[in-house]
Amino acid sequence: MTTPLLDINGISAFYGPIQALRTVSLHIDTGEIVAIIGANGAGKSTLLMSIFGHPRISGGEIRYNNVDISGTPTHRIAAMGLALVPEGRRVFPAMTVAENLLMGATPVNDRSGDADLDRVYQLFPLLKERRKQRAGTLSGGEQQMLAIGRGMMSRPTLLLLDEPSLGLAPIIVQRIFQTLRDIADSGVTICLVEQNANHALRLADRAYVLVNGDIKMTGSGSELLGNPDIRRAYLAGA
Amino acid sequence: MDWYILIQQLINGLTLGSVYGLIAVGYTMVYGIIGMINFAHGDVYMVSAYLTAISIAVFTFFGISSIPFLLLCTVIITIAITSVYGWAIERVAYRPLRDSTRLAPLISAIGMSLVLQNYVQLAQGARNQGVPTLIDQVFRIGDGDAFVQITYLQIIIISVSVVSMILLTFLIHKSDLGRRCRATQQDRIMAGILGVNTDRIISITFVIGSAMAAIAGVLVTLYYGSFDFYVGFITGIKAFTAAVLGGIGSLPGAMLGGIILGLSESLFSSFVNTDYKDVFAFSLLVLILIFKPEGILGTPETEKV
Ligand SMILES: Nc1ncnc2c1ncn2[C@@H]1O[C@H](COP(=O)(O)OP(=O)(O)OP(=O)(O)O)[C@@H](O)[C@H]1O
Ligand SMILES: [Mg+2]
Repeated sequence: MTTPLLDINGISAFYGPIQALRTVSLHIDTGEIVAIIGANGAGKSTLLMSIFGHPRISGGEIRYNNVDISGTPTHRIAAMGLALVPEGRRVFPAMTVAENLLMGATPVNDRSGDADLDRVYQLFPLLKERRKQRAGTLSGGEQQMLAIGRGMMSRPTLLLLDEPSLGLAPIIVQRIFQTLRDIADSGVTICLVEQNANHALRLADRAYVLVNGDIKMTGSGSELLGNPDIRRAYLAGA
Repeated sequence: MDWYILIQQLINGLTLGSVYGLIAVGYTMVYGIIGMINFAHGDVYMVSAYLTAISIAVFTFFGISSIPFLLLCTVIITIAITSVYGWAIERVAYRPLRDSTRLAPLISAIGMSLVLQNYVQLAQGARNQGVPTLIDQVFRIGDGDAFVQITYLQIIIISVSVVSMILLTFLIHKSDLGRRCRATQQDRIMAGILGVNTDRIISITFVIGSAMAAIAGVLVTLYYGSFDFYVGFITGIKAFTAAVLGGIGSLPGAMLGGIILGLSESLFSSFVNTDYKDVFAFSLLVLILIFKPEGILGTPETEKV
């Protein structure tokens, strides 16, 4: 068996007295699309953020390419090939679209920034039109595209996304998931966290269900999509 | 009121104001990036005044007689050493408290301010110190009793301040480093996730603020000729007032606030009362904090740093 690209092994995480992750284990292989679904407060964002050291885990290990990165300084992690599209997009509101994208190129030292910009503008032509607009004035969907584009600027091996569909109109969600498919086809491994499981499970090769900081179920995307419990809990209205 | 007195006061006020603006940069950038008021910043400025005097003495001793060259060496040395002070203060007194309460670094800053004052007082004595007059030429416009005079030094102060501010604005808005500073200020955790070494950016912010204060220190020391270990307090509060007036966190606000404060202080002391000019600045600070705490350019949407 080959070693996974990302191997999360029994990690726990706390915010003060609150335990957000309880010995979570999961793995992501190169080339996969993995979804993590869970309700509000299940610990999905904590899981993704802890990979970058916010918060630091207090048990277990996070191995990336077989190296334990759980103690690595946050700013070194992106350079290893991981990129995060965080919950709430977190674009830099007072910067232009182009500046936001260039921030994504920090780990590759702003070299060949133009080629990377072109690649992202191809994924999201709208960003090119808006490149001089302040990110804070973009609509939610545009900000989400910008956040994904920014993540792609470092040419990541593993792209982690935290609820990219949150608060977006169905048509935009469709577009974003189509783009994620394209990104995956270009060879990027994807880990996607979603509360609204419908799109995520359709896209994903495999998925995990996170409940109260604990992995409760795992299976292929279509298996979980067909599971009546999952349908009741996470696919209401879908 | 005579027109020439008014113009004279405006020139004096502009000189003073550009210096306040330079020092205000340090308060505003640090506030913008870590949200704390660096109470020791005025004392970093005070240290630079001493470094100016020491450099001039040392370089003169070593036989540098060309005044432009002497000043150039003095500026470079003063900026370099003052920056080390600013950098070291952040490392020693603030960084270890980064993740504690908001109050802890403030108290540490007040402590740092006292440490610097006492250390300089012990090392250099409590007496007033001075530097020789190096540049004394003046332009005189008008004749008889009705004249306005601009010293060369005032011209140097205003132009050096303007050039420094333009260079800094350029650095912040056009360079990779500046972009990383702005990103760190807008969302420090996200900047880190994207690969920015935010601790280093914070250090650089302190270095930039200290370097600007050092430029101000050289200029003011040459202008007034004398200083003591306590100048950092008064000047620091005035520069802080300037930063708050312009909108703390805003770089153009620091310069604008500095100039408004310099002009109004100068007019106040010439037309109302000289003895109360410091009280005037402090009253202004209190009034802004009560009625317009966000300052002139500091609306929440304004780009900071
Ligand atoms: N900064 C924080 N301080 C304290 N508690 C936190 C913090 N962030 C998250 N938590 C707590 O940790 C738990 C997990 O939160 P997390 O944000 O990871 O959930 P989530 O699955 O991403 O939820 P959502 O779907 O609402 O985004 C929650 O109980 C939450 O209240
Ligand atoms: Mg979340």
